[in-house]
This record gives sequence, structure tokens and C-alpha cells, in this order.
Amino acid sequence: MNIILRILRYNPQTDNASQFQDFSVTVEPTDRILDVLMLIKRNLDSTLSFRKSCAHGVCGSDSMIINGLERLACKTLVHDVAGEENAVVTVEPLKSLPVQRDLMVDYGKFFEAYRQVKPFLTPARQVERAENIQTPAERSRIDDPTKCILCASCHSACPVVADKNVDFIGPAALVQAARFVFDSRDQGLKPRLDVLDQPNGAWSCKSHFKCTRVCPRGIKVTKNINLTKREIKTFKEKTNKDT
Amino acid sequence: MMSSVFKHEFDAVIVGSGGSGLYVALEASRVPGNRTAVISKLLPIRSHTGAAQGGIGAALGNVEEDKPQWHAFDTVKGGDYLVDQKSAAILAEDAVQAVYDLENRGLPFSRTEDGRIDQRRFGGHTRNFGEAPIKRSCYAADRTGHMILQTLYQQCIKNEVSFFDEFHLVDVLLDGRKCMGIVAVELATGAIHVFSAKAVLVATGGFGRMYRTTSNAYANTGDGPAVLARRGVPLEDMEFFQFHPTGIRGMGILITEGLRGEGGILRNGNGERFMEQYAPTLLDLAPRDMIARAIMTEIRSGRGVLGDPARDDYVYLDATHLGRDILQKKLPDITDFCRTYLSLDPAEKPIPVQPTAHYAMGGIPTDLDGRVIANAKGNMYEGLYAAGECACVSVHGANRLGTNSLVDLIVFGRRAGRHMAEFVKNTDTKVVSADASEIAGDILNRMRRKRNDGDTEKIRTSMKTVMMNAVGIYRHGDKMSEAVKQLQSLRRQAAQIGVGDESRAYNTGLLELLELQNLLDLAFVTAASAENRKESRGAHAREDFPSLDDEAYLNHTLAWLDDDSVHFAAKSVDLSIWKPKPREY
Repeated sequence: MNIILRILRYNPQTDNASQFQDFSVTVEPTDRILDVLMLIKRNLDSTLSFRKSCAHGVCGSDSMIINGLERLACKTLVHDVAGEENAVVTVEPLKSLPVQRDLMVDYGKFFEAYRQVKPFLTPARQVERAENIQTPAERSRIDDPTKCILCASCHSACPVVADKNVDFIGPAALVQAARFVFDSRDQGLKPRLDVLDQPNGAWSCKSHFKCTRVCPRGIKVTKNINLTKREIKTFKEKTNKDT
Repeated sequence: MMSSVFKHEFDAVIVGSGGSGLYVALEASRVPGNRTAVISKLLPIRSHTGAAQGGIGAALGNVEEDKPQWHAFDTVKGGDYLVDQKSAAILAEDAVQAVYDLENRGLPFSRTEDGRIDQRRFGGHTRNFGEAPIKRSCYAADRTGHMILQTLYQQCIKNEVSFFDEFHLVDVLLDGRKCMGIVAVELATGAIHVFSAKAVLVATGGFGRMYRTTSNAYANTGDGPAVLARRGVPLEDMEFFQFHPTGIRGMGILITEGLRGEGGILRNGNGERFMEQYAPTLLDLAPRDMIARAIMTEIRSGRGVLGDPARDDYVYLDATHLGRDILQKKLPDITDFCRTYLSLDPAEKPIPVQPTAHYAMGGIPTDLDGRVIANAKGNMYEGLYAAGECACVSVHGANRLGTNSLVDLIVFGRRAGRHMAEFVKNTDTKVVSADASEIAGDILNRMRRKRNDGDTEKIRTSMKTVMMNAVGIYRHGDKMSEAVKQLQSLRRQAAQIGVGDESRAYNTGLLELLELQNLLDLAFVTAASAENRKESRGAHAREDFPSLDDEAYLNHTLAWLDDDSVHFAAKSVDLSIWKPKPREY
């Protein structure tokens, strides 16, 4: 079938502003949008710039906005977004992160927020020459947030990051925090409380659910954030009682 | 026009931020005062280790009795005795502690009912030297690689390792056999950066992108081994390239062997479980080379699903009897891939699969501490290391067992990192001259300016087709000598073309051309090495020489890339533990 890929282009060295460019291409309905972008790059315009790597939805390189929604180009098939012959499919870079060139954005701020939540195990106890014991039930508590590939789709979709509080650490950082807060092997909330219990931390989230809707890994992002909020409350109530 | 050049000085520079690169960085950064940098052409955690699915083999014995020597033996036999046996023994012994280390650092393994790391069956892994399949693969659902990559990156953040993201390796600077540093181009600015280093470790991963159908990422273009080959470093056993039996038909996306480990069955077009004919004991859990050949034999005999070997035929991987619960719990990503790319529910319908180019057993020759070997006599480079898929230690021999790639990068990443940390403590700072960077800068500028007349894609497609047809699962001398000539001509053509984009910022076209040139050099060495080995062993199956020939070929190949040809030397195999014998499963 034929489709029009309408791509938002920007070259910092030659352009003052972004503008759309149309590419008319013949594709299969089962092609990935990434295949279509590669077809354009390798046959029509080698200057078209975007990131890519694994091409099957596990590395997070090619998150972008396709027909208005954050998606991975390698996990979106033509027939998912183009219903009929000559359908127009718009492709834009992620929001809330500065555009570098065409579909590439600067993830600097995103990874900085990620680092803030101490995204590494702070062991609750030390073991020697053996594994920590963790029951399947304990393990399943963190299954959802461990799926995160840091593609920043949720960050781009978040209305709080976009308008209300640009300093909000964002949904991805909170998912990464939840991954450790609820890990039975970790010290949990305590080492991360100073970042999470802040106006720019978990409390910035107003449960718009946009993040959950776009997550290409199917993570219940908002639920993870709300569980974290509840954990903070419980933790503080307990601390107040103790003192 | 002079390029802007930036200079950096480090003790240890690691090229590549996949599993092995990050593990090395962790070890190297543990020594106080060591200045360690990781250079990667990708952003954090985009590396292809993250795509590994099924597990990491280690004889923990959590679900049934197991011993490291059984694991080592399986590795040696799986590699058709071209494995260095002492390396395999270390691999299997160190794997146990390496898995505990990963768990202790937070890796969320799937668990047994009593809370220990769960283990499952995988191809070629057996109990008591081949008796029956064994549960040895430690896994985190079907996302084990993702979890390893995440865990290691998390620990690197904890240890404050310096990262240079989106820097592409252009050259490794050697003064005779002494490594002085590297040259890289920064994607964001197009600037040339020179890194002086006491030690450099290359961990750039695989290069499956030289084949038409592959499970490999776009980024898997063998930048490290290609750059080193051009600098006169030999490459070992390049003729051995693994085709994973079960890639999604037409796309190459991997369906983990773990699916067969959980009980999945391969069926031909008649619905028959054909592995009964080829490997009566291990069946669908035979080593990958045997299963890939069995699938090709079924297809060639007209027993594929289409029943027509002339078309792009395929077979079925049947998981319908496993039930939705097991699939969702133990193989969630696979289930998701089937839904996304095939609109298919694996609990209801079998998955159409074909072999897909997957893993390079060969690569940069190293000793047990990751130090790069210069020749068959065993002379070493100083301050030059390699680890992971781009290296050859050699624990995979002629055919790698499933899970052993992850074991390799953890075990030998750790060893190399430790050795490198000690080495830099006792070595003087190296300073490289600016000449090398100016030469690199000029070459890149010329490439940017020169017009791109559209041949790049033609060259790339030709390379992939040639490799698929002549250096794939089955090989023949006539086709391979033709392939070597064609690749030679493609290399010459690729050296002449330009990018046609003078932009310095985010010039991804320039990157793609550099990657293509790297792939072509490695494809050339691979094809020439395959033509040179006139026997069949492991993944190297020749129709004109269908038998093993231990007398002439039970040794490693060392291959040097000359300008327009490849020359070889034989390097001996360590056979100190088990005597070679024909493989039966």
C-alpha cells in the first residue's frame, strides 16, 4: 500500500524552526514504522535523523510521537496507524525534551532525573556466596516496574512535565524508584525519601494516566506512582508515631 | 578545514556499554583513583545485551543436582571440541559466583517456591555428561539480558563511572604492540576526540548485521574488531557464525530457546516433531547448530510449511500445549512479540520460525584475562583488552550453547576488568600525538562532503545477500570463493562513496557509512576464513567437506586482514581435559 509519512524535520545548522516534510512511500501493512523510516533514510533522504537499535521494542531508542501518541517506531506497524490507501501518518519527536535534529531529542534532563532516585539496590542485608532469598510473591511486587526501558514515552506524554511543573522528576524516574522501594531486598523508601517526598517528586503527579496509556511496555505507571505515594504516607505516619 | 579536536586522558577506556563493557567498568572503577571512561555509540542501556531473553547458565543446583564440570563439558562438546578447555572450566566454575554477584547487586531473577533463583532447561545443557536435559539456566522471565544491562548500569551510576554517550569509535592507536588510546567522533557535534589511555578494552558486541536475516540490533556492526583488524590485529575463528534456529519468520526477531526449555516443540509442515530424527535424546533442546541444520534439511526435503524449498519456507514452533498461564508468567515478552508482529496468540497457534543469524563465536583473540593475543606463538599486545561477543577467549568454539553468551560476558568481563585495574596501577601515563586524530578528522570531512549517489544501500544489500547465500548455514567452496571476490569488490566501492551531508551535528548518515565499512571488512574476513576451513565443524557446515577433519583442522584460525586479501595461521586448541569425539545428542 501507499502511505504519506509526514515527518517533523529540524536541522540546527540550517533551520530556524521545525517543519513537516511529506514522503510518499510504498509499504506493506505489516511493516514497522521504523522500517518505513529506514526505507526513507536509505533510499530517499540519507539526512533524515532518528535513533534506532534493537528494532523489536526492547531497547527504547526509537520512541517518538506517531499520529499524536508516544510509541516505539519498531513496535508500531503500518496497519496500526494507517487505515487506508494514501493515509497520512505524522511522525514527530518526543515532547518536553529539546530537539537535537529531526526526531532526535536530548535525554540529558531525563537521565538526570533518573539518577536522582538512586536507581540501584541499596541492600537491606549482606549475603556471602549465595543469593538473597526472595519469595515469588515478593518478586512479583516489582515485576511491573522492572520492565521499564527508559524510552521516555511517559515523560513526553505527562501533562505535568509539559505545562505545570517542568522540574517534576517525571513518571519514568518514579517507576524506577518504585522498582527499588518495593524490592524486599532493598532498604526501600528511606534512602529515596528526600527525593520522592517533595513537590517535584511523587506529589507532582496528578494521576492524569497519560503515561500509563502510552507505555510501550505496558507498565501501570500511574499505579506505581500511587503505590509509592501511599508508601510515603504510611512511612511518615509510622515515623511520627515512633517519635 | 581543520577539524576541532578534543583531548582526554584516562587510565582505562572501555569501548562499548553492553554487558561486558559495563562489567569491566564496574571492576575497573572499584580501584580508588583509577580514571575510567566508557565510550558508547549508543545512549545508556540501549545496547543489545538487553535483548537477550532466556537466561544465564550456572550450576547452582537450585532445582536439581548440577556441577560446574558438567557445564564445562557441555560447553566443550557443544562447541565441537574447538573450545579451549581450561577457559570452559573457568567459565563454568566462575559462573556460579557471577550469578550470585548479579543477584546481590539487585538483578530480579525469577524465583523458586522457596525463594531461590529459579532455573530452567536450555539447549545442549545436560546432566552427567549428556544423559538428559538439565535445569541450569538462571532467568528473569524472558528478559534476562534486559535485567543484566539494567543492573550493571545501575551499579555504574552508583560507582560514578564516566560515560561518553554517542561517541563512535574511529581508530585504536597502537605503537607497535603497545596500545596508546583511541580516536572517536562525537555524534552531537561531529568533533574528533582523542582519548589517551594506559589501557583500552574493546567490548563492541556482535556483527550479525552483515546477514540479511538476523536477530541483531542495527548497532551490531563490529566496530571494535573491524578497527583492530585494519590495525593489523588478528581475528580468531571468524568462520563460526551461529544461526539461532527460531527467529520470527521474515523478521529474524528471536524466540528464545527458553520456550523450548519450557516444553515448546518444533514441527514441520506435516505437524511432525522432526527433532526425533536428528537428536533422539535431547530432541528440541539439542545445540543450535544441529537444530538450524535440521530445519534446513526439513525445508529442503519439501517438509516445510509451504512445502516448497524454492520459496522462503519455514517451520512451526509449537507452544500451544504450554497453556496461557506459563506463557504469560515465564515468556511474557515472547507472547507480546507474537501479538505485535504476527497478530498471533502463541497459546492458540504455533509460531512460524526460520533460522536467524545470531552470534559470532569468533572475534578478537584474548587470553583468560582479556588481553589481546598478537599471533599463534602467543605474543600479547600491551594495554589492549577485549571482552564479550567481539572477543574470542575461546569458550564457544565452533558453536555456542544457549545462555553461555551472558556467562561469557560476566565471567570474562570481570576477569578482564580486574586485570586491567591492576595493569593501569603499574603503568605510566601515555600521551598520543595529534597526528592520528587529524588524519581521522580529514577522512571524515572528506566522507561528509562527497556526494552520496545512492550506492550505499545497494552495497549493503549485496553484502547481506552474499553472506546469507554463501556463508550461511550450509556452505560450499565454489560459492564462498565467489563471495570473497564479491565482498572484495564491495569493500572497494564502499571506500569511494560519501555521505552527501556536510552537517556536523547528528550526522547519522556518516555513522551508517562507517558502520557499513566495518561490516564489510568483517564479512570479508568471515567469508575468507570459512573458505579456508575445509571441513565441517559446529556451525561451519560445508557441503563439499561434510566431515570433521581433526587431523588437519582441530585448531583455531587466526586471520589477518591485509589490504585486499586475508592471510591465516593455525593456533592450537587446549584439549587438556576431554578427548574429542563425534557429537551425538
